[in-house]
Amino acid sequence: MKKVEVRIAGSGGQGVVLAGQILGRAVVYDRKNAVQTQSYGAEARGSATKSEVIISDDKIGFPMVRKCDVLIAMNQEALDKYLKDLKEDGILIADTTNIKKIPETQAKVFNIPATEYAEETFGAKIYANMLMLGAFTKITNLVSEKAMQEAIADAVTEKVIKTNEEAYKKGKALVQ
Amino acid sequence: MKKKPERNTHFWQGNEACAEAAIVAGCRFFAGYPITPASEIAEYLGKKLPIAGGIAMQMEDELASIGAVVGASWAGAKSMTATSGPGFSLMQETIGYAFMTETPCVIVDVQRLGPSTGQATKCGQGDVMQARWGTHGDYSAIALSPNSVQEMFELTIKAFNLAEKYRTPVILLADEEIAHMREQVTIPSLESIEIVNRRKPKLGETAFFGLEEVPPMPTVGEGYNVAVTGSTHNEYGIRFTADPNVHKRLVERLNSKIQDHADELAEAETHSIDDCQIGIISFGCTSRAIYEAVEKAEAIGVTVGYARLKTIWPFPEKIVKKLAKTAEKIIVPEMNLKQLYYEVQRVAGGSSEIIALNKIGGGELITPEELTAKIMESVKD
Repeated sequence: MKKVEVRIAGSGGQGVVLAGQILGRAVVYDRKNAVQTQSYGAEARGSATKSEVIISDDKIGFPMVRKCDVLIAMNQEALDKYLKDLKEDGILIADTTNIKKIPETQAKVFNIPATEYAEETFGAKIYANMLMLGAFTKITNLVSEKAMQEAIADAVTEKVIKTNEEAYKKGKALVQ
Repeated sequence: MKKKPERNTHFWQGNEACAEAAIVAGCRFFAGYPITPASEIAEYLGKKLPIAGGIAMQMEDELASIGAVVGASWAGAKSMTATSGPGFSLMQETIGYAFMTETPCVIVDVQRLGPSTGQATKCGQGDVMQARWGTHGDYSAIALSPNSVQEMFELTIKAFNLAEKYRTPVILLADEEIAHMREQVTIPSLESIEIVNRRKPKLGETAFFGLEEVPPMPTVGEGYNVAVTGSTHNEYGIRFTADPNVHKRLVERLNSKIQDHADELAEAETHSIDDCQIGIISFGCTSRAIYEAVEKAEAIGVTVGYARLKTIWPFPEKIVKKLAKTAEKIIVPEMNLKQLYYEVQRVAGGSSEIIALNKIGGGELITPEELTAKIMESVKD
């Protein structure tokens, strides 16, 4: 497998960093290599946040994403800022609850109204990140189902494991 | 509750790997004061050290933290603190005391951008010289530099082992990037990990500060009469604040017990250092750019050798000299303004041209593209 670089971007409070951690963890549980990094503003909520995961069979050198293969955009600002770094043959997964306008792009676009579904199905916007991860898994086939489930279970607190798993599955189901 | 399976492969943050390694190495006392980007080490140890039978304390500041670490070491515990540049500066007086009193301890400095509070959440490598010369007087420091989360684990254990072996403070010179990134860490079986413990005195031994290269260290409260002082002292701990010979003997030994083992302490990941056109000396997060850059350069026929230093101090002269013998030019990429550069230049002694590649601000790493461009530029000139 060649190196796949994933960027998840949104604002603080959308679970962007957690999604990256779970993805990276699942990759490692699948016995591949992963590096996850993050950057965010000083505020707890609301500032621009991004989380990056590099996935590879080989040892990973440089840990930062320059051009990404997959962009998971959680809001309009993140999309507008990072679309230019998405490779031409890349994949864009957009949370269309928060993204109203997708600029013209060569990339393959998947529209997932994750925040809306999270609120309707689970009564909380915060599960949108798991829906997006579900969509990512279905689209890319980069991580195994087993590893994802274990990674979710190891990353969140006991009482919300089930809801997170359900949100993840819902995200998979949303991909046509 | 379903029991989670025991794993030996983890997906840890650098700081978490450091904390886990400390426990494996036998650390049973931690004292610190929160500071970005080192706080997670205190957080993890606050949760986990008590379970391992140790103590983790949040102190009122960094001065108290390093004081408690030195005290705990004399009380017999392997001890550690973790901080970043501003806190490392505050600790320097007592770090000097730890050198002078030969107190084994580990000081983790997760570098961020300075001077002063600088850019608190952003990565830098500006404490290279502070790790060597931060406190006053003549002394020799050991400083190790990890470039992956796996190495945060491995070098933390090594730091404890060296501290115990040489009875000296050891600095783990990490950086924000490595401390905050998450990567897999594979833990070997605990029995296969080498753990070094300080030599304690045998009954009747009284020279706790000399007569041999690394004297035995008693634990206070076990019946040995031991005076621990930062003032010049003789082999038995008695203060001699004017005698030139006692001072010379003590301080020369404090230096030679490290410097005489410089080659043995020198650890580096190397590639083609005995046959290359262009050399690279790198360390920490910056070194993550070299693999791709070297691959690109070699693809078009430029032979590049590198030494990625795991040991920063004592400076691995033998390895750098070897590279300088063959490389026409040596590039030194670092996220500071030429701190390691002059050290490489000193050791190369004019046999290679040393080329700086520096980047500071915003925590932006030197990219493989920037390094490749520097290699190409160096070949052309």
